[in-house]
Amino acid sequence: MRREPAGARAVEGALDPIAGATPVARTVEALRGLGPASAALALLAAVALLALTQGAAAIPPQTVLRVLLDALPLVEVDANAPATWERIVVDIRLPRVIAAGVVGSALAYSGASYQGVFRNPLAGPFLLGVASGAALGAAIAIISPLRVDAYGFGWVPVFAFAGALLTVVLVYLLATGSGRLDNVTLILAGVALSAVFGAATAFILLTGGEEARPIFSFLFGGFNTASWQRVAWAAPYLAVGAVFVAVYARTLNVLQLDEEQAAQLGVDVTRTKLIVLAAASLMAATAVAIAGVIGFVGLLVPHAVRLVFGTDHRRLLPLCALFGASFLIAVDTFARTVLAPQELPVGVMTALIGGPFFLWLLRTRRVEVS
Amino acid sequence: MAATAPAAASARAAPAASPLLKARGVEVEIGGSTILDGVALEVRAGEIVGLVGPNGAGKSTLLRAVTGLVPLRDGRIRVGGDALDDLSRGELARRVAVVQQLPEAPATLRVRQLALLGRHPHLRLLARESSRDLAIAEDALRRAGCLELAGRELGTLSGGERRRAFIARALAQQASLLLLDEPTANLDAGAQHEVLELVADLARNGTGVLLVVHDLTLAIAYCDRLVLLDRGCVAASGAPGDVITPELVGHLYGAAVTVVPHPVTGAPLVLPSRLGG
Repeated sequence: MRREPAGARAVEGALDPIAGATPVARTVEALRGLGPASAALALLAAVALLALTQGAAAIPPQTVLRVLLDALPLVEVDANAPATWERIVVDIRLPRVIAAGVVGSALAYSGASYQGVFRNPLAGPFLLGVASGAALGAAIAIISPLRVDAYGFGWVPVFAFAGALLTVVLVYLLATGSGRLDNVTLILAGVALSAVFGAATAFILLTGGEEARPIFSFLFGGFNTASWQRVAWAAPYLAVGAVFVAVYARTLNVLQLDEEQAAQLGVDVTRTKLIVLAAASLMAATAVAIAGVIGFVGLLVPHAVRLVFGTDHRRLLPLCALFGASFLIAVDTFARTVLAPQELPVGVMTALIGGPFFLWLLRTRRVEVS
Repeated sequence: MAATAPAAASARAAPAASPLLKARGVEVEIGGSTILDGVALEVRAGEIVGLVGPNGAGKSTLLRAVTGLVPLRDGRIRVGGDALDDLSRGELARRVAVVQQLPEAPATLRVRQLALLGRHPHLRLLARESSRDLAIAEDALRRAGCLELAGRELGTLSGGERRRAFIARALAQQASLLLLDEPTANLDAGAQHEVLELVADLARNGTGVLLVVHDLTLAIAYCDRLVLLDRGCVAASGAPGDVITPELVGHLYGAAVTVVPHPVTGAPLVLPSRLGG
């Protein structure tokens, strides 16, 4: 799925001053040749490692690494650490870091997908109301008499996906009421639906009694209930969604011209939009099913990646996945340590960062959007 | 079929015998009102056919009908010998390239990237642009006269430069038929002729061109034939001198414009009446 900028590399290779270069220059050149994907991977590894060291017990990074190595099958390393540290790293922190990374990836990736389809830099699972629709679906699943459980997951992702898909269809119909997709109406409809669905979810939570309690965690996204099982359960949904969007990555580039031009360039516009919207909604819904409503990740990360690495979706999408993971791991680590032992919901933190960013974007992009 | 074969090659193989575009009795209805009513039209390889007529005559709708973007109420359109209904979107895009009047594109898109998008109809779903695609896009940029703009972002271009960038994208499609909707709109006189000279050059190399143009004098200067649309019907068609007559122009455009013969060549010139025509 990840593609290397082969052309850029070839050009750099041709320009490489091979003979006589100092070791430092050669190292720099080699690093640059690795490209943005490797840089993003390195950042992700660094952020994840840092996140594993942070918490009530400060565990040094080299110990974390040894514990992780030791936890691998067939590898024996003397971790040289108390058994409780191993438990903390492997059983408590690692699942949480992985959950945050997976959700951050899914939100950023689906955000970039929505933005590509709607040609609107403000679109995203949160502002389109898709996240709230998914949360409402999850809430309905939780209080429904359906009792097919798999690691506390069961019908939740199915209902969340139905809620997400229903929302995206509704928002789309509202925004195309005048025959043409109106970008401002799109966001307004999304925000309005988001409020309605949020209120409905709160209503279910407040009147549902004891069994509705888990809904609370969907309203304020967070990872305190993250577990290996939940992430493993969700992974196939995310993979399927990501692959479907990736197949249409170049087509999304063509769609950045207007829809008529795309059609005249041979794109089946309706089919492309349907498939990408469904796949993006599947990813967003799965993210909500894991961690509840976490806003603005799908807006912030793709925008930053576009600014730095350009608008080619074949590069944008995988980079969004990598940087989205780093971003949410970092924010979640901050959220659970800044007021320790109290924990802030990560959704509150992303809103604190993302809200002002959104307002700034709204001001600078107003001309383009309307 | 012909998955990646350049459409231009097949056009050269099938010479002027069968027209690149043939429309018969085309009727289009939008929102209950008839926009096109029995329009007939032909474009052959190597010729520039000008589509002229007052605002609202249905010129742009005819272009959209040719690319299958509006359904026909009646009539037939054949592109490269095949009925529109028998062509997939991709196949149609390999035969017909369009430059719209005001095409949208992200302001940060670079001219080279835009030209490469013209290769889309020639690529399979998961394929990357090959070195051949890159070379074709580069050639399109050169022919459209915007090779030196290749690294620029669209948002930084002037009106004329932007127009040429989109023409480059259309050229990269390697279609045998080119539809241009008002390529000279909003351009100064120099840029207008630059764009139209480019179009004339393409036609000399075998491309068939259907050109929507408002400026009648430009239409006369550059088109081999003209089709004059009026309220969805063909009011006249044929050689420019036969179509642009004082009677027709006075009838369609009112008394404010007049037709006078060119002092040297005798070709019709369309001038404002107040100049004393």
